[in-house]
Amino acid sequence: MDDLLSEFLTETNESLDVVDVELVKFEQEPNNATILDNIFRLVHTIKGTCGFLGLPRLEALAHAAETLMGKFRDGSPVTPEAVSLILNSIDRIKEILSELEAAGGAEPEGSDDDLISELERMSLSAEAGSGEDEAEGEEAADDHAEGELVYQVLERPLRPGEVSLDDLEKAFQETEAEVELPDTADGEDDHDDQPGEILTGAEAADADADGKKPTVEKKKQNKSGKSGSVSNQTIRVSVETLEHLMTMVSELVLTRNQLLEIVRRHEDSEFKVPLQRLSNVTAELQEGVMKTRMQPIGNAWQKLPRIVRDLSQELEKPIELEMVGADTELDRQVLELIKDPLTHMVRNSADHGLEMPADRRAAGKSDKGTITLSAYHEGGHIIIEVRDNGRGLDVDKIKAKAVSNGLASEAELEKMTDQQIHRFIFHAGFSTAAQVTSVSGRGVGMDVVRNNIELIGGSVDLRSVPGKGTSFIIKIPLTLAIVSTLIVEASGDRFAIPQLSVVELVRVQTNSEHKIERIKDTPVLRLRNKLLPLVHLSHLLGISEEPVDDNAIEQDNGFIVVMQVGSQTFGVVVDGVFHTEEIVVKPMSTMLRNLTMFSGNTILGDGSVIMIIDPNGVASAMASHASSAVAEENATEQADLLQEAIDGQATISMLLFRAGSPEPKAVPLSLVTRLEEFEVSKIERSNGRDLVQYRGALMPLVYVDPGHTHRAEGTQPMLVFSDSGRSMGLVVDEIVDIVEDRMNIEVGSERAGILGSAVIKERATEIIDLGYYLPQAFDDWFMRKEMESSALTKKVLLVDDSAFFRNMLTPVLKAAGYDVTACGSAQAAFEQLENGDTFNAIVSDIEMPEINGFELCEALRRDQRFRQMPILALSAVVTPASIERGRQAGFDDYVAKFDRPGLIAALKDVFSGELGIAA
Amino acid sequence: MTKQDVFSTATDDTVQYVTVVIGGQLFGLPISQVHDVFMPETVTRVPLAAREVAGVLNLRGRIVTAIDMRKRLHLEPREMGQMMAVGIEHKGESYGLVIDSVGEVLTLSADTREANPTNLDKRWAEIAGGVHRLEGKLMVILDVERLLGSMIEPMAA
Repeated sequence: MDDLLSEFLTETNESLDVVDVELVKFEQEPNNATILDNIFRLVHTIKGTCGFLGLPRLEALAHAAETLMGKFRDGSPVTPEAVSLILNSIDRIKEILSELEAAGGAEPEGSDDDLISELERMSLSAEAGSGEDEAEGEEAADDHAEGELVYQVLERPLRPGEVSLDDLEKAFQETEAEVELPDTADGEDDHDDQPGEILTGAEAADADADGKKPTVEKKKQNKSGKSGSVSNQTIRVSVETLEHLMTMVSELVLTRNQLLEIVRRHEDSEFKVPLQRLSNVTAELQEGVMKTRMQPIGNAWQKLPRIVRDLSQELEKPIELEMVGADTELDRQVLELIKDPLTHMVRNSADHGLEMPADRRAAGKSDKGTITLSAYHEGGHIIIEVRDNGRGLDVDKIKAKAVSNGLASEAELEKMTDQQIHRFIFHAGFSTAAQVTSVSGRGVGMDVVRNNIELIGGSVDLRSVPGKGTSFIIKIPLTLAIVSTLIVEASGDRFAIPQLSVVELVRVQTNSEHKIERIKDTPVLRLRNKLLPLVHLSHLLGISEEPVDDNAIEQDNGFIVVMQVGSQTFGVVVDGVFHTEEIVVKPMSTMLRNLTMFSGNTILGDGSVIMIIDPNGVASAMASHASSAVAEENATEQADLLQEAIDGQATISMLLFRAGSPEPKAVPLSLVTRLEEFEVSKIERSNGRDLVQYRGALMPLVYVDPGHTHRAEGTQPMLVFSDSGRSMGLVVDEIVDIVEDRMNIEVGSERAGILGSAVIKERATEIIDLGYYLPQAFDDWFMRKEMESSALTKKVLLVDDSAFFRNMLTPVLKAAGYDVTACGSAQAAFEQLENGDTFNAIVSDIEMPEINGFELCEALRRDQRFRQMPILALSAVVTPASIERGRQAGFDDYVAKFDRPGLIAALKDVFSGELGIAA
Repeated sequence: MTKQDVFSTATDDTVQYVTVVIGGQLFGLPISQVHDVFMPETVTRVPLAAREVAGVLNLRGRIVTAIDMRKRLHLEPREMGQMMAVGIEHKGESYGLVIDSVGEVLTLSADTREANPTNLDKRWAEIAGGVHRLEGKLMVILDVERLLGSMIEPMAA
């Protein structure tokens, strides 16, 4: 009984799947008697078998459904409600069947009265329309009651509406050999096997079978004469048997490969010819066994028409499902694995993709949306496309969602193509459906789909045209068991790369057209006007012999395996490429399964074990490799910034010189426009001061010490400072050196002209205060007043576009005890502030290109963080109007550019909380 | 073979051990767990794997994961030369423990067995299932379950 039951379960499930499909068809074509007969026959078979096996619950349900269908056959109008009801009944039957299977043959407890009464009600209302037919049918049934073997066995009276064998026979005879369905063979099997079984059962249970039965069988066989010969040639083989066969063939392939390897080493071996033969036979055998595992993809689509129909009702959109290439075959294992993803994608298309009929009309499309499923072979893969003619993906919605999910920033999104943005829907937790429906929108969809497909070495991509529709393209390998791979070498080890993801091979040589270039430290390859990111396999796997050597890749005359995973294309640099080999993937031991870089391992022809590279692992490693490099970079920069912050200031170039006294003096080199030597004779005296003619103008000379004079003869070195067309010559005795050092003024100075002393080149050096000397050359340059130094160590950000003033004011403020950071533009200032550096005050120039001081201040005031920060304006233009403008912009104070004591005082005021206009 | 000694306590069943030497130390593996002893040839190393994993190798058509016991026990790496391996099964998968040499099979009674000394190196203690006092030397019992379990579980995450 167990065998019988399992046979029954398998067959019934298949039959039910067919009924599902047929019913949906029937609903669309209610007048197609062939379809109806088909359904009728299948349901009847189910009912009969149930009765025979003693499954009363199933039988009753099937019977009620059959009754209703009988009404249709008799001409009652077909209503969608009736079809829904029958479909519901079939679902219930399936439920019971699965429980039956789980329980090992016992029918589950429960009642189907709800459905049965509903079915009966529907039958009765149908009967009202065709009462006479019904009465006749009933009679006929009664007439042939004794012919119903099943009920005889069960000793049950025929029920109203039950169908006689005559009817059944008629149905069989009227039915053409099924043509449209991919699983016609199965259907044929069903009704061929069925009577045989009943017969067997009958013999076992009760030998009192009347003559009707064999007649039916005979007739049936006559009827299906031509197709019968085909169906008789098929046998059921358990999947386990096939799996075992497959494993054995895989082993055979391996052994053959080993033998071929041996013969390859012995050129003139007498084994060569027979081995060649063995090789061919093995290949054929392999192909043959593979074929047994092949099933038409239509098997995976079987449930879809029903699902789409239900969705169509639920969502109230008319949907048409087109299926193209249902007979495309693929490996059973793969088929099982893509069933669910496919179903999900179809649901998705129906729910998200297709618009409501009203919207479709508005868009100038027909009310009925179409979902097209198509499958075809392409170079060792099978391509399945799920296409809808709906609204297409909403890029803006995806963008908004990506931002709110933190997957990308606005700026990043701006740079992305629509294609890249579309791919966000494959991220976990990503659903753009505004509300969660029972159909989709729970955000556990497309990422699972993608994972499932990638798990079997496939990829999924999508194309979407707004207003035209979306199509998902799934590319999957035909089989998982045997993979064609490319054997490569890296750092002396061999690895297998599945050819599925290999696009091409590129030979690189330093002098050939293909050479590896690098951007910063990232190796890339120019390939047909595109840049291909590269990674060396040994680096990726951490097996390079020498520590990561930047030149290794450059000098490498190796090969680049161009791989494509999803939409990601990249090159993997390997040391050598051997050959391609068909390998049987063996799973890795649990201990190694955590290695994402490998998908498995196998034994090669030479008997050694080889690791199989997982292209998905490589792709994700590429991605994280890049981001970790960026992270490292950031970390380094951060560290530098930190260091600078600790040290107070970055190093600056200082010009060391002597003038007047033997102590070295220094001035920031950036302030010095040039170093000149003039013939002493060129120095002229006019209006009580020394001048030289310099570039067509008179340049006043200034001495560091008032008592100091220029040399009496020879040449006189001097430092020339220029700003805005005016120059000044600072007379010095000797230029000593230019050094890079930090300028930490440790001791402030009370002496005019000297900012203070700092240790430069391990010697105490006086830092010259240019601000003292410049007005000596031109009175209006600015006026030197008393230097105020303060013990405050506040951090001040100085913003000025003029390097001269930056370099000028930095030492001034520093000398006054402030920790100064200077930057050359408002933009740079923003960056400084965003970097997390905190400042106690900002001193900003007003006249700056791009963003002026007012704008800078206004922008800062808008930011919560900087609302309370003291900001001082620094400008050459000081008018009541500009002061007012500065106040409006939010400046705390407005200081004339040359009024350095004023600046110091203003800062002091700001920090002591006494704000005021100091200008 | 099993000699029933009625006078001894119930716990004193004898166990047969395959003895192996790793870094000069004598270890014992319950014979029931040892499938075979072989000389590993052409071991394919597995990049990115745990440091104890010596690699994978083909043992009569099966892929065996080889574990370098010296590394596992934090001992000095072996000098070049012939190495031996003990094949064991764990949850349907084949593993090979790479060791220095294989000794004899000893039948030991629980009498001489003791728990791990409390001061035993932690890294040893976690894979040792006790110690047998033999004449002139000590034999550490290798607990295969714990040895492999400790290597698989932390990686499962």
